[in-house]
Amino acid sequence: MGWEEWLISTIARALAYGTPLLWGTLGEVYAERSGVVNLGVEGMMAIGAFSAFAVAQSTGNPGLGILVAAVAGGGAALIHAFLTVTLRANQYVSGLALTMFGLGLSGLLGRGWEGVPLKHPLPAITVPYLADIPILGPMLFQNQSIITYLGLVLAVVLWVLLYRTRWGITLRSVGESPATADALGVNVYLVRYLAVILGGVLAGVAGGYLSVEYRPSWTEGMTGGMGWIVIALTIFVAWDPVQAIGGAVLFGALYHLSYRLQPWVAPELLKLMPYAAAIIVLAFVGLGGAQRRRGAPGALGVPYARGEK
Amino acid sequence: MMAAPGAGDLGGNQNSPPLVLLEGVTKSFPGVVANDRVTLDVRPGEVHALLGENGAGKTTLMNILYGLYRPDAGEIYVKGRKVVIRSPRDAIACGIGMVHQHFKLVYPHTVAENVALGLQGTPFFGPARVVERGLRELGERYNLPVDPKARVWQLSAGEQQRVEILKALYRGADVLILDEPTSVLTPQETGELFKVLARMKEEGHAVVFITHKLDEVMEAADRVTVMRRGKVIDTLPVAETDKASLARMMVGRDVVFRISKAECTPGKEALVLRDLRAVNDRGLPALRGISLTVCRGEIVGIAGVAGNGQRELVEVICGLRRAQGGEVVVLGRPLTNRSPRTVADAGVAHIPEERLRMGIVPGMTVEENLILKKHHRPPFSSGPLLRLAEVRRFAEQAIEEYEIITPSPKTPAKLLSGGNIQKLILARELSGEPGLVVAAHPTYGLDVGATELIRQLLLRQRDAGAGVLLVSEDLEEIVSLADRIAVMFRGEIMGIVEASAAELGEIGLMMAGTRSGMGDPR
Amino acid sequence: MKRVGPFVLERRLAPSRGAVLGISLLAVVLALLVAAVIFWGYGVNPWHAYRVIFQGTLASPQGWAEVVRRAIPLILCGVGLVVAFRAQFWNIGAEGQILAGAVAATGVALFSGLPDPWLLPAMFLAGFLAGAVWGMIPALLKVKLRVNDVISTLMLNYVMMYIVEWLVHGPWKGPTARGFAYSDLFPRAARLPLIPGTRVHWITLVVGVAMAIACAFLLSRTKLGYETRVVGQSQDAARYAGIDFLKVTLWVMLISGGLAGLAGAGEMAGVHYRLRSPAHISMGYGYTAIIVAWLARGSPLAAVVTALLFGLIFAAGDVIKVALAMPFQVTDVFNGLILFFLIGSELLMYWHIRWAPKRAASEG
Repeated sequence: MGWEEWLISTIARALAYGTPLLWGTLGEVYAERSGVVNLGVEGMMAIGAFSAFAVAQSTGNPGLGILVAAVAGGGAALIHAFLTVTLRANQYVSGLALTMFGLGLSGLLGRGWEGVPLKHPLPAITVPYLADIPILGPMLFQNQSIITYLGLVLAVVLWVLLYRTRWGITLRSVGESPATADALGVNVYLVRYLAVILGGVLAGVAGGYLSVEYRPSWTEGMTGGMGWIVIALTIFVAWDPVQAIGGAVLFGALYHLSYRLQPWVAPELLKLMPYAAAIIVLAFVGLGGAQRRRGAPGALGVPYARGEK
Repeated sequence: MMAAPGAGDLGGNQNSPPLVLLEGVTKSFPGVVANDRVTLDVRPGEVHALLGENGAGKTTLMNILYGLYRPDAGEIYVKGRKVVIRSPRDAIACGIGMVHQHFKLVYPHTVAENVALGLQGTPFFGPARVVERGLRELGERYNLPVDPKARVWQLSAGEQQRVEILKALYRGADVLILDEPTSVLTPQETGELFKVLARMKEEGHAVVFITHKLDEVMEAADRVTVMRRGKVIDTLPVAETDKASLARMMVGRDVVFRISKAECTPGKEALVLRDLRAVNDRGLPALRGISLTVCRGEIVGIAGVAGNGQRELVEVICGLRRAQGGEVVVLGRPLTNRSPRTVADAGVAHIPEERLRMGIVPGMTVEENLILKKHHRPPFSSGPLLRLAEVRRFAEQAIEEYEIITPSPKTPAKLLSGGNIQKLILARELSGEPGLVVAAHPTYGLDVGATELIRQLLLRQRDAGAGVLLVSEDLEEIVSLADRIAVMFRGEIMGIVEASAAELGEIGLMMAGTRSGMGDPR
Repeated sequence: MKRVGPFVLERRLAPSRGAVLGISLLAVVLALLVAAVIFWGYGVNPWHAYRVIFQGTLASPQGWAEVVRRAIPLILCGVGLVVAFRAQFWNIGAEGQILAGAVAATGVALFSGLPDPWLLPAMFLAGFLAGAVWGMIPALLKVKLRVNDVISTLMLNYVMMYIVEWLVHGPWKGPTARGFAYSDLFPRAARLPLIPGTRVHWITLVVGVAMAIACAFLLSRTKLGYETRVVGQSQDAARYAGIDFLKVTLWVMLISGGLAGLAGAGEMAGVHYRLRSPAHISMGYGYTAIIVAWLARGSPLAAVVTALLFGLIFAAGDVIKVALAMPFQVTDVFNGLILFFLIGSELLMYWHIRWAPKRAASEG
């Protein structure tokens, strides 16, 4: 295999492995843009992965599985929204609780479904015409999941929504300065609820992709820390949906290479690569200067209560 | 109850019904009744001043009208119709707009985006572009020029205020509430603001204008409502009153503005600044070569509009911000860019601008807060251990000496009132005979009693031989306390004048950037 | 003030001790009720489940001993996390710090060649140091490069987890382990004594309680403790007061990581006697310790008590696994639910509820 082929196939696989990272990151970007950190991505992905698999296996319809995963992820995020927005609980602790709960619940309920291959996984799709473009075609448009393509489109759509529309102004303002938005009649709580729930929906799809498309099977703890990588990616991509594509592909490549390089390096050491890389990447971001200037929402992590406290 | 609406019935448009009528509005917070059966009417075509001290309940009342608070009792009528205002959205729908004292702006966003936020009837895609056009028109009509594409953080305070006013006008506000609008403006900018208000009056708007400055009431308002401790004292036409009687109503007794103080006898240099340079948080130059001397036994006041480098100056002296150039010498010791602890240990007391955020640790007890900055030194610690008995003894002494009202030394500091928190900070900072006291806005937001006590304490420090650097936006405070006054503008000192010979007009010009001929950096 | 029916709700600025205790207990009970629904959904009669749990844990001395054994690492990690949380350092990395301690203790036990009496003290010391180093990396990253502490500590958990995997599959795989991913068994001198008839390695327990007392003293009576609390409550005030942020953060994470490292060494020397797959060494003690610390509300001594509560939940997990054939993950569900209810109830503590029926003429 020549190096070009190697590179093309690596990027193609990186895109496949990066897909759940992309969906998860897009969701977290929106949640954090509204001012709410959700550390429960890992838990929501686990819930999504399990519910997608269970539904796809019992109905034979993987698309329905993904849909249910989205609903389940959104439902899990609703708990976080209620705790952090309405009850103004600590966002970090609530997210950690959500992760524990999600991992635990999916492990508990998924016991009987372990290790069985999915009968009808989502089919891979090759995009007509686009797939014939030299280099780019095989890199991006051959034998990828519909969820991968949708993720790319979604990233662009979410970018336009964020920067070019009325909703985007509202969302960004709520994350920057909720008191300002409130004083102009914006329902801060509603915006935050919606953003957090959207985050959960996308995380649920990310999990569902793992169990009905990528693997396709269910094992307890199959998210394996991807949800945490998503949190790091959100900072790394400067809360920007389009940049999230690049970040997701980069880390997808790291996951993929941890299999690809196994003939040469111990697999366990390869597997720690993405996690170590996440720290290194954030250290470089820190070297580059203040987070605030990179677009960190001004009110990130701060519960909002109107004057009366 | 006084102040029945229409008493005196003058000012504004006399024949039309009130645009807004608040009747019997009551609102209490834990421990205080902020508004006690308040009645207020605002008529079209008038500027209505709401006068009162800090804590009199003016802002609370207007926050109720703007839907940010819900009243415990009372009714609101807009254009004769009874309304229930549950949120700012309701208020905006009733034609009420508000410019808060601390601007409610999204600083990283553009002017147009700020105006478009929450605005009904803009297109879904690209709302900012439509707003930009409307903003230019409005700006011309009311003489409020702003670049709609500029990012708000890049604008001056005066321009940011214009954005706030435009925001309200764009939403079709009939009544505009301005909370302490002049606190961030130079005297010249204040004059321009008053012209804008006059223009709005002509267009039939009503303006409610919260202030504690008597001069501004006399200059800009048609009618004035005076509040004290949550109650309305009276509403009357400005033409029928004068400053002295307004002051009496506001404070509840005769007010003496002059503070008696001993002759100043400057001693050795307590603080010498030479060509000091520093940048602000955004990396832009904030101090451009400050040279200044404060001697023992004198108070030097720093006057200026907020945001002209005062904060950075204080931070550089106290070791909280790096100087890019120049020199800081305290009590004969070079202390440029030394750690805050070194500076404090060298005998510099710092009364910080943001007393709740910086001056105390809100969740820790009064006694623990009293040793902040001093906890690492005897008698409060020996080796790695704290000496709690000494801490307690010091706390009891300080609470008595400075009349800090607290249930016990073990009470969390956040439960104290603003005045008592400031007394706590002064008790801590002024103990141990500092050679230099750096006080930033020491009486900001305090009631008259606490203000007077704190001014006396600063004077006592001066008389005991400390040098005092007093930064304040309250010109009256500076003129009455300081021995010399330095005026800052855009990171430079425009001039230094003796307080005894100071003319407000001259200081005002320097605050707006005119350099004084008699600069005397001594 | 708010009115709900005949009740008046009044806000208070500082919750009373009684309110904190009462509401926390209520939260735990509510969490157990919701868990009952999950049992029921799983096809297990919740009443039966809780009875089995009670009989397997609190009803016998043996059960109690298991609760205590499970609580030992939770005490050490929980106390360490209390210290970190007091400084507003989000150490979510106790899991990795436990493993670091376990690795170091294993290294000493198997490869140091120290004389027997020195072996156990050296294992604990090495465990402490390894955990401390693993904890101080994120401290440095946070202060110097502003790397988010939650993320860095979490990522280091995964890094250490895979290092342990690598060790037991590779270089440290014991020749006597017959193909399993284990290291060799520790020599006798590297094993802690147990309370007879139980599996309680009491020395680690004593160390844990001693550390709780020491940390309580540190926080309330020392300069470092004072500075830790100032940094945790207001970074601006800390800067104003000239407190060295780097120094305080490093000390705090030395203690926090070190105590987790001690827990790891204790598990090695007292329970497993060999390095094995990370999921078997810790089973989430490091994550559960976060709840232990949160529930202890800043008090190291209270963390000893809350650690016992979660020791009970772990022991219950063991019982459920055997008696009801439910997977051990059920403890995660418990933990997540308890944490949800705890933080959800926090706002409640600030409200004082008073009975005050409305007078007829008060409002029109």
